[in-house]
Amino acid sequence: MSQTGSISAPQNVPQKREMHVVYSTGDRIFRRIVTAGALTSLIVLALIGLFLLARGVEIFRDMGPKFITGTNWTAGSGDGIIPAEFSIGPMLAGTIVTSLIALFFAVPLSIAGALYMEFFAPAKIKSTLVSMLDLAAAIPSLFFGLWGVQVFSSMGERWAALTSHYLGWFPLFNNELEIFGRSPFIAGLVLAAMIVPIITSVSREVYSRTPRELVDSCHALGGTRWGAIRAVVLPFGRSGVVGGAMLGLGRALGETVAVYLLLNLVFKYNFNILESEGGNIASLIATKFGEATPYELKALLAAGFVLFLLTLTVNMAATAVVQRTAKAQS
Amino acid sequence: MNIVNQVGTESKTSKENGIIMNEMSASGATAAVAERPLGLETRGLHAWFGSHHVLSDINLQFPERSVTGLIGPSGCGKSTYLRMLNRMHEFIPSAAMAGEVLMDGSDIYAPEVDAAAMRLKVGMVFQKPNPFPAMTIKENVLSGIKLANLEVPNHDEVVEKCLTRAGLWKEVKDRLNASGGSLSGGQQQRLCIARSLAVEPTILLMDEPCSALDPGSTLRIEETIHELAEKITVVIVTHNMQQASRVSDYCAFFLSDGGPGILVEADATRKMFTNPTDTRTADYVQGKFG
Repeated sequence: MSQTGSISAPQNVPQKREMHVVYSTGDRIFRRIVTAGALTSLIVLALIGLFLLARGVEIFRDMGPKFITGTNWTAGSGDGIIPAEFSIGPMLAGTIVTSLIALFFAVPLSIAGALYMEFFAPAKIKSTLVSMLDLAAAIPSLFFGLWGVQVFSSMGERWAALTSHYLGWFPLFNNELEIFGRSPFIAGLVLAAMIVPIITSVSREVYSRTPRELVDSCHALGGTRWGAIRAVVLPFGRSGVVGGAMLGLGRALGETVAVYLLLNLVFKYNFNILESEGGNIASLIATKFGEATPYELKALLAAGFVLFLLTLTVNMAATAVVQRTAKAQS
Repeated sequence: MNIVNQVGTESKTSKENGIIMNEMSASGATAAVAERPLGLETRGLHAWFGSHHVLSDINLQFPERSVTGLIGPSGCGKSTYLRMLNRMHEFIPSAAMAGEVLMDGSDIYAPEVDAAAMRLKVGMVFQKPNPFPAMTIKENVLSGIKLANLEVPNHDEVVEKCLTRAGLWKEVKDRLNASGGSLSGGQQQRLCIARSLAVEPTILLMDEPCSALDPGSTLRIEETIHELAEKITVVIVTHNMQQASRVSDYCAFFLSDGGPGILVEADATRKMFTNPTDTRTADYVQGKFG
């Protein structure tokens, strides 16, 4: 073998040698434990989905696409004279409408709150605010529902009346009956209050990761604090805020108790958000579950499956958005 | 600025003749390097972070249209000093200061001064190239104009002029709408220089602008600095002695012996490197410590 190196390709390319990563026993046990942990949550999720689908599949077969679009929920008489018919169209629409109203109010509020905490709040109160925010995110939704019914409703009705008075020409805000209580609008506002903490928390986290030197550059260029926020912080945090909003949306879509307390369950498509009728899938299930016939129970579980798919989709979209942000920032 | 016009006829070679004094004091140093018209001066400048005293009694004058290098070992406070010259110091929550920074004779820390408007006259280039990631090359150059809501008749003209001054125009003129992040590190840093020039500052502060760059890019930026100094005052922090000797007309040597950083000596660069007054300066520029 020659000792001097050659620039031309070697004549004999040697066989590739096998390489093994050898883990110690401790490593192997640890690896099994964490793998099991990760798999368990996936399996539980899949089993829940399968359970709902298995119980509901009969309804999907009997009702067909009408289950999603129809507007009738009848348990039927036991003797079969009145046939049972189940469809969740208005509830599905109500789920989406109340959640969108919640997002509409919660997102701007959360962005403002996050910017305040990260860039304007005095250092002394900042840490207090941050921990209070995390506490607020953990308040059970029951309390939001009770607060909505007992405290907020009367105020929300006034707001709704004003909105209807000035914007009633717009179909969304039309209200012929002039009764403003227990509307999707009020339910949406209460949901907004409920999801503001989580969206604010995620947004603040993303904003706090804005590279310091980019903000400095804005100042060095003669920019104001608002200029720096607009030029650097908001674009940097955009995808993160979208991710936070999706998490909030997921929570709003699945909210049961607050909507159950705040909305009259009415099986009619209602896109006049100030009128007193509505409902969502989760509160439908909570309302009907106790006294359901065996067949109706299956319909409720089928409705649950639809909601399951909806929230799963939203959460997966949120994860994808957040991951894309993380990748773009690295 | 009318002062610029007054000295416009003075030749560049006369810079080193302008030194009038170089005196030491027990508490640190007082050094004045020129009697030319002054764009920037600090008097009795101190800095603290919380109770930590990081700079003590810095008296320094920066002659207009020259390059002054701030040199010294890490932790001697030279970057802090630089950030005090455009009031970036105040963004650090625990920061405090004493003394004066005079721009054209008036104190920039005076309560009536609009810091944002003041910073328009003082550009800054940072250690790491940091073009705005969400903006194109063109938008990056114009970002200062947009941030400060300045009225500029011809945006394209500004873009070409600034990129040319920063020595980047030829390389990017065909892809002005590409993202700033698509450039190499050295190009990004020159883009950052172009960005600072767009608001037409009279002073440019540079905080180790080449420390993250390869030698070729460093050379390009040093050429750019030389060209810029024909029109504006440049203050550059550098760890690199060769760079300081290549690029600066004057040098100021900062040092901390564990206490607050002091100004040991400031003088014409040639004198600082060949025949400094203070032995510590001699030891540092010869690489005996730091």
